[in-house]
Amino acid sequence: MNRRDLLKLAGATAALSAAGCATTGAGKARVVVIGGGYGGATAAKYIKLWDPGIDVTLVERQPFFISCPISNLVLGGHYTIDDVRRPYTGLERRGVRVVHDEVTAVDAAKKTVTLASGATLGYDRLVMSPGIDFNFSEVAGLEAANRNGRILHSWKAGRETLLLRAQLEAMRDGGVYVLAVPLAPYRCPPGPYERVCQVASYFKKAKPRSKILVVDANPDVTSKGPLFKRAWSELYPGMIEYRGNSKAIGVDEKGMVVKLEVDDAKGDVLNVVPPQRAGDIAVKTGLITHNNRWCNVDWRTMESTAVKDVHVLGDATLSAPAMPKSGHMANNHAKVAAAAIVELLNGRAPNPAPVMTNTCYSFVSESEVIHVASVHQWSDKDKTIAPVPGSGGVSSARSHQEAIYGWSWAQNIWADMLT
Amino acid sequence: MRIPIFLITLSVLPAAAWAQADTRTASLAATCANCHGTDGRSVTSQVPALAGVPRQNIVSALKGFKDGTRPATVMHQLAKGYTDPQIEALAAYFAAQK
Repeated sequence: MNRRDLLKLAGATAALSAAGCATTGAGKARVVVIGGGYGGATAAKYIKLWDPGIDVTLVERQPFFISCPISNLVLGGHYTIDDVRRPYTGLERRGVRVVHDEVTAVDAAKKTVTLASGATLGYDRLVMSPGIDFNFSEVAGLEAANRNGRILHSWKAGRETLLLRAQLEAMRDGGVYVLAVPLAPYRCPPGPYERVCQVASYFKKAKPRSKILVVDANPDVTSKGPLFKRAWSELYPGMIEYRGNSKAIGVDEKGMVVKLEVDDAKGDVLNVVPPQRAGDIAVKTGLITHNNRWCNVDWRTMESTAVKDVHVLGDATLSAPAMPKSGHMANNHAKVAAAAIVELLNGRAPNPAPVMTNTCYSFVSESEVIHVASVHQWSDKDKTIAPVPGSGGVSSARSHQEAIYGWSWAQNIWADMLT
Repeated sequence: MRIPIFLITLSVLPAAAWAQADTRTASLAATCANCHGTDGRSVTSQVPALAGVPRQNIVSALKGFKDGTRPATVMHQLAKGYTDPQIEALAAYFAAQK
C-alpha cells in the first residue's frame, strides 16, 4: 500500500463516518428500552457505552432495581431486601434517560410508545425486556388467593419476597411449607430448589421440627438435580420431601391445600409458583409467537420475528436450545442486542455470529454454593444459538469457595448493568 | 511502504468511530463482564480484573483452563466454549483496557 492508497482509504473512511454515524446531524437515533431488569438495564447501558451519541430512554415501573437472583437468601434470613436492591442513578450518570412510568401501548407502525402518564416516546429501535407474567388461570383459585396475600408466588423479587418471609417467620415450629413448581420452561430453572435450601436453612436454625414438601410438575429436579438432592439429604436430613410429576391444578385457601392432579398437599405456608409467559406488554404488542407464551427472536440481533425494529430480551423469549431463563442470560441477550442496534443505527451489518454465556450460582445454605454454566455460539448450519459441545457443566461439589464467587457475581453483574 | 491495516484504521478513525468499529470484539469481551466487570474492571477483590492484564497472561490462562492443565471451579467449563481465535481476541481486548 502506498501513500496515495492510504489517503484514499482515509477519505473513504471519513465519508463513511459522516454518512453512517448515528451521532451526527440534527436527528439523533432514538432507542426506547422497556423494562429495567437484567435485560433492559444492560441494553440501555451498553448502547450508551458503545455509541454515546444514541439517545436512550429506559422506561421502568419501579423506583429501584430489585434482583431475583440472591433474593432467596432474603427468604432464608441471611440477607435483607436492601442487599438485593440497587438504584438506577448509575445509568443516568451514563446519559440514559430513566423514566419511572408504565408502558400502556406500543404502536409498531408509527414507532411510538405510550406511557401511563400520557406521554408518547418515538423510537428508531425498541428494546423490550418485559420479564414474565403469570397464567394464573391454570391453577384454579390461585389468582384470588394471591391477590389477598394468602398464597404467594414470590417469583418476582420485592413485595412478595418480604411477605413470604413474614409468613415463614409466623409459621409454628412443626409446620409444613409447600412449594409448587410449574412445568418448565419457567424463570430461573434452579430457583425453586435453591428456595427449598434457603427455607430449610432457616427452619434448621429457627423451627427444626418443620417440614418442606416440594410438589413439582416436572418429572424431576430440572437443574443441578444430583447436587441439590445431595445438599437436601446431607444438610437438612429428614426435612424435605420431594414429589415429581405433581402438577398443581388448584388451591383451597381456606383449607390451605394445593390440589394436585392425583392427590392434595396440605400445608401451613403455601408457595405456589404459577405457569409463566412473556410479560403483558409483549402480549399487547403482538410479540408472542409460540404456544401463546413466548417471543421468537433472531438470535443474531434479538429482533422479534413478528414485529420489525423491536428487540426482545430475557425470560420473555422462546429459549434457544438448552438456554435457561436466567438473569445472566438476559444480560447476555442485551449485549447482543446492544451491539446489533449500534451497528444497524450506524448503517453497518450486525455481528453474524454472536456468543453468549450463562453462569447460575445457587446457595444451598448460607455459605455453600453450586453452579451451572454454559457457552452458546451461533450455528449457521442450525440457524440458532446453541451450547458448544464439551463446554459448560455443573460444580463438582458444593463449596464455600463458590459462595464467594456467587456473591461476587451478583455485585459485578449489578455494576455491569446499572453503573 | 507497507503498513499493517489495523494501524491505518487506528490512525484515521476518530476515537468514537474506532470504538464503534470494534463493537464485535467489545461484545465478545462483554460475555466475561458478568463476573469480571464491564471491560474487565471487576468491582470485587474476589474475582480478578482483566483490564490491563498482559495479553499473553490471559491467553495462557484461558488455554490452560481449556485444555484442563489449569484447575478451576467454573473457568475450565467456560473456556471450552471459546475458539482459539476468540481467546486471542479477548486477550488483546482486555490487555488494551486501561
